[in-house]
Formats: sequence, structure tokens, C-alpha cells
Amino acid sequence: MTKSPFAPAFDLLKRFEWQKNIIYIGFVAVFVLFAITLGDSGFTQPNNLLNIFRQVATISIMAVAMTFVIAAAEIDLSIGSVAGLASVVTAMTLNSFGLIPGILAGLLVGAVAGAISGGLVAWLKVPSFLVTLGMLGLVVGVARWITASAPVPIQDMNYVAIFGGGDFGPIPGLLVWAILIVAAGAVVMNKTKFGRHVRATGGNLVAAGYTGVNTAKVKFMVLLMSGVFAAFAGMLYAGRLQSGRFQWGTGDELSVIAAVILGGTSLFGGRGQVIGSLFGALFVGLINNGLILAGLDVSQQQVVRGAIIILAVALSRKK
Amino acid sequence: MSIELANAIDMRGIEKSFGSNPVLKNVDFSVKVGEVHALAGENGAGKSTLMKILQGVYGKDAGTIQVAGKDVEITDTFAARKAGVGMVFQEFSLIPTLTVAQNIFLTNEPTKYGLISDSKAKVMAAELFEEMQVSVDPSATVEHLPTALWQLTEIAKALAQNAKVLIMDEPTASLAKHEAEALFALIERLKAKGIAIVYISHRMDEVYRIADRITVLRDGVRVLTESLKDLTPVQIVEAIVGRKAAAHLEHLDRSDKITNEVVLEVDNLSSGTKLNGVSFSVKKGEILGLAGLMGSGRTELVNTIFGVTKADTGTIKINGIVTNISSPREAIKNRIALIPEDRRSQGLVLDHPVTENLTLPILDSLKSNGLLSNKKILAKSQEIIDLFAVKAAQPSIRVGSLSGGNQQKVVIGKWLATDPSLLMMDEPTAGVDIGTKSEILDLVRAIADSGKSVILISSELPELLAVSDRVIVLKDGRVLKTLNRNEIPTEEFLQLEIQGAN
Repeated sequence: MTKSPFAPAFDLLKRFEWQKNIIYIGFVAVFVLFAITLGDSGFTQPNNLLNIFRQVATISIMAVAMTFVIAAAEIDLSIGSVAGLASVVTAMTLNSFGLIPGILAGLLVGAVAGAISGGLVAWLKVPSFLVTLGMLGLVVGVARWITASAPVPIQDMNYVAIFGGGDFGPIPGLLVWAILIVAAGAVVMNKTKFGRHVRATGGNLVAAGYTGVNTAKVKFMVLLMSGVFAAFAGMLYAGRLQSGRFQWGTGDELSVIAAVILGGTSLFGGRGQVIGSLFGALFVGLINNGLILAGLDVSQQQVVRGAIIILAVALSRKK
Repeated sequence: MSIELANAIDMRGIEKSFGSNPVLKNVDFSVKVGEVHALAGENGAGKSTLMKILQGVYGKDAGTIQVAGKDVEITDTFAARKAGVGMVFQEFSLIPTLTVAQNIFLTNEPTKYGLISDSKAKVMAAELFEEMQVSVDPSATVEHLPTALWQLTEIAKALAQNAKVLIMDEPTASLAKHEAEALFALIERLKAKGIAIVYISHRMDEVYRIADRITVLRDGVRVLTESLKDLTPVQIVEAIVGRKAAAHLEHLDRSDKITNEVVLEVDNLSSGTKLNGVSFSVKKGEILGLAGLMGSGRTELVNTIFGVTKADTGTIKINGIVTNISSPREAIKNRIALIPEDRRSQGLVLDHPVTENLTLPILDSLKSNGLLSNKKILAKSQEIIDLFAVKAAQPSIRVGSLSGGNQQKVVIGKWLATDPSLLMMDEPTAGVDIGTKSEILDLVRAIADSGKSVILISSELPELLAVSDRVIVLKDGRVLKTLNRNEIPTEEFLQLEIQGAN
């Protein structure tokens, strides 16, 4: 066999893992495309770019936890409604008992919802799809019930400043939170025993068990984590929008799952890429923003966004 | 001069490389009409690549293929099926929730008034089974059938597609002895009908029993094609392994390596209906063989000791101390390791790299500054890979892409890295080629020589006898007999003990 001088480059191309990396290519391609076609509409303005980050911050945070959930071959459909309930519980507690109890109450909502789902999945072996689908409805019902479906305004400006309403120096607070959480998530996934155990559990439950991984605990932990992160995202919604409302976060589970799959995490478990999920979320945000700047109305945006997500997910599944 | 039978398939000058790595070099392979042709070779010798080319899974780089005397271009699996090549899959390709008849005619359903007719399919399937002279209920749902019948359904499915050539890959791997006999009888009948069969198996007795000719591949080259009448088993083994001797099956006396220190003492252990009061002990440095029929409780015994299955009654003493083991985690803490029966479903995360599989149980020792260190993980993996001569292009390669023997080495390496004092191995050489088998048996001896204790389950008695210092025969979840190695004169003797006939 003759060796062409390009052989090493070809080998590199062959070994390139499409499923893992297509999100980065897609992100850059769409970014360049919008920069060229929508440059005049202000796409590349720093303010617009910061806006995109602001909008995807909550999705990114939930996507970090969802990456762990999906890598463990489970799913959490309840995150959007957990975010909504956490936003109203935080707002109500904040108004009656002050800043610290408000924060703790919000996080507690996520911990309780996550622990219930996680416990049912881990020890009673109920499929997470069913448990969290039920939890979705249950949590939304509670949020509407305790607020009589009305928004709860937040007057505590310290809370607003910390949770998403304010800036830390020149950088929007939301962005800081998202970056911190994504970075921590990436380290936990790649550099700790827990992350490795999550992927082993999702990759082969039986083999992981035989190897001494406490697979029930892993499943419990990822769903607990997902609940807490969803609550935190809901608290950021509350801060940014200066109110708690059951609708905050509604439907986010779909964007979050799309972001995670786009980012190269396998829907069948065993593989999880936290940084990929961030770029998946950014990709979705980029498209939303571009479509608005391109002057599409809301219904047209929905159509185009749906089509692009299907296409992108299909491409990212290519082996 | 006798008339030469026509060739059902004739592959000539087949070449194939993956990247810059040639896996088949100018291979000729032909099977005559009505012939059973065994294909042998170590894992990685090119057997499955050759067969995948015939089935259209891979394209060939060079060479020609004739089916029934006509040149064919097998570009994909549809083309192969159209040409008359059928495959009986080792990992079955049936859909468990459909009936036998529905599976046989899947994608090829008989119709009535333009709609699929299940009743017609049932009749046609019944005819097929009658022709095969086997009794399978065509309207039974596949998931409720025993595995032996799955295989017959597979064969019927291939025949329903008018296959002239059947490829059978380790067809007896999941069959009991009488089921295997029934399969051999069926193969004879298929032969008589002029169907050509490629028979892939690591079991020499089966090959002699059923095949007419054998072709041996080694490192992608055809080294032997000969009628089995003219070959001795030793010649075949030599062709398969090259110059490597087949001395691994000789028993070596290790009595000087066994101490009096009892590592594990099991007393009256029961679990469910499968274990009914088992008592035995293992000494430091000893290799204890567990013999018994399928369902005698061998796997259940090691699983209970390892904490996978809960014990109902009985005690387990480790180094003289009563220990309660209710999960694999506790077993590992007590320095017990289990290499499970099915490495693909129980031993490995196939989709993960070799490194991650090797280091999963020992992550605690591979940290720096509280975080896992890739450098340490890679170094430790490389150390294990070198020690066990795992053939992996890179440590980062998916473990699922390795051959069966190398996968097994990864499982063994992973457990030895935890430095266990008791290693239990459940059928460690199943589906492993002869060369790797002998390496694994040598490894078992070396492990015991280093002062660890080994409990070994193997259905292949020559292997069990080659390494065991003592053999326990189990039956119906009880210890039937304990025999020192020197009390077992021959393999037949042990076979009779297992059957409970002595």
C-alpha cells in the first residue's frame, strides 16, 4: 500500500468523532452565517451577544444536571415545572421571612421533588420517564394552587441583584452563574469518581453493579441534582423577572433535552458531555435570536426552530 | 474419476484492510453444495471479517465472489440475501414480542387480499418446520421459547428466504448437550438437501463431528484447507496457534504452593431454590474448581458469595471472621473479586474506552488533588495492558471493538488491579480462542502462585482439570462430592461424577 503524504490527516479525519463534536462545528457555522447575513441587523453587537447568553443561562444550568441524568440512562421531564414552583415558593418565602429563608426554600423545593423522583426510580425501579412525567403535572398543580395562578412580585432588590437581575462588574450575573455551574459540572463529570460512576451506570447497569458501583445511589443522586438545579434555574427566572410565577420554565425540558443531545450526550446513556451541552444550549439560543433579528414572527420562528432542532439532533446522532 | 461437486460459494483472492491494517490477505475460501465447511482461527484471525464480506456487511478491497457458479457483487446485506446467503446469528436477530411465524416472514409476509395474513404465515412456517423435521409451534411468541428453539427459528427464517448457504457462528454456544445433538441432526438433513454450511466454532469435537472440510485462518492468511479425515486435532491446533504448543492442558502439581491458611469458609449457604446448604473452604494459594451441570448452582454460589444474590441462611467466613456480604461493594471491600459469566453484559461497559473499564473499581487510587488524574489513569491502564498483553491499538479505544479474548483480558486485568485475595472466575474462557485460552489458564496458575486463592467455574472439563488443585461437584444446589485432583484419573471419570453416575 502506498502512503500518501496526506495519510495522517485522513486518519485524523476518520477518527474524528462526529457525534461528539458536531455541535462545535454547527455552532461556529451558524454563528458565521448569522454574522454575515444579519450583521446589519445588529447580530454581532456586544449587547446582542450578551443577550443571547442571558437567555440561555437558565437552560444551560438545567442542561448541566440533565447531562448527568441522561448519561445515567434516565430522563427528567419535570424540570420546567420544578423551576416554576421554586420561583413562587422563593418569592413567597422571601416576602414573608427574608432573603436567606427565601433562597433555602427555593432550593428545598428542588431537593424534595428530586428526592421523590430519585427515590422512586432508584429503589422502587419505576421508569424515570413515568415518574417525572407525573411529577411535572403534580408540581405545576401545587404551584398554581398556592398562588391561585397569580404572579408573586419580588421587592427584595438584593435578591434580584444576586439572582439574575444584576451584573457582577461588567458581566451579567446570569452569565457568571451559568459559567460557574457549567465549569463545576464539567469537572465533576470528567474528573471525579461520581461522574465516572454515572457514565458506567448508564453504559451498562449490570456490569457497573458487578464492579461495585452503587447504581441505585447514582440514579438517586442524578435526579436529586436535576431537581436542585431546576429549582436554581427557577430562582434565576424569579430574579430576572422580579416575580415568582408557575409559568416560569414551562416547556424548558424540551429545550434542555435538545441542548444535551445536540451536545453529544447519548440518549441511551453511557456518554455525557457537559461542555457540549452548554454549546447545545447556545446553539438553540443563537437560532432563536437570529430568527427574531431576521424578522420572523413567533409562529414562523417556532416552525423554523423545530425543523432546525430535528435536523441538528439527527446529525448529531450520526456515528 | 469422481465427479467434483459444484461450489455453492467460491471466494477468491479476498483482500481487506481497515485503515492501514490488513486483516485479510489474498484469501481463497469455497464451500461445495451440501458440504459443511468449518472455519477456524483465533479471534482476530479474520474469520468474522471474511464472513461479513460474504454477508455484505463489509465491502472487499479486492477479489471475486461466486455464488452457485455465478459472479456476484455483494454490495450490501440485501444483495447477499438475494444471492442466497443466510446467517444464523450468534446474538439472535429475532424480535421477542412477535410470534415464530411472524419472525420467519418478517419483511416478506404472505398476504391475502393485499393484507398480511398471519394464518397463511403460520401454515407456511409449519411446513418449513416439518421439512426440517423439528417441532416448533409457529404461533408461539418468541420471548416465551427456550433458546434452542430461537435458533431453529433463525434457521427456518434463513431457509424461508431461500438461503443456499448458511453461516453458523458458534451455534451450540447457548445449547445444552441434547439440543446440540438435535442441531447436528438438522445440519445433516440440510446437507442432504444440498445446502452449504459454513460452521464457525472453537470446539474441536464439534468440528470433527459435523464438518467435512476445515479452513484455518491465521493473521488474515489462509494456512490450511483440508478434509477432516486427513487431519489430527494436533495438526489443526498447530495451524490455528502457529508454533505455540498446546501444552496448556497438562496438569501441573502445585501442592507446594498451597498453604494451610483458610481464606474462605462457607457453611451451609442457601439462597432461593438454587442453593440448598453448600459448605466448603478455600486455602491460600489454592485453585478450587467448581463442576456441575447447567443449573447445578455453580453460578448462584459465586454470585451469593459476591453479594449479587442474597443468602437466606448460612455463614461466610473470610480469614476466619464471619462476614456479612450483601452487595458487590462489600465483597470488593473484603478483597473478593468476581469475573462474571457474561463479560459483555456483566463485565464491561462496551461503549467506553479500555482505560475507563480497567480503572472503574480502583478510581480512589488514581486521584491527584482530589480529582481523577488522566495521567495516572493512563499510566495504570498501560501497566495492566502490558502485563496481560491485551491487544488494543490504543488504551483509548472502545472496549467493544476488541476481540472476545482481549475483552476477557480487560475484565481479568480490571479485577486483578484491585489486588483481591480471592478471585472467582465464572467460565472465563467461554468464546475465547485457543491461544488466549492457554494464556488465561497460565494466568490462573500465576495468580494462585502469587498467593491468591481462585475459584474457577468451567464447563470445559479438560481446562478445569488442567488447573484445579481440588474439584467440588455440585448438584441441585448441594455439594455432591469433593475430590482432590489426584483422585480424578480421567476426564470421563469426572464427567460421570457430574452426572451422578459413579
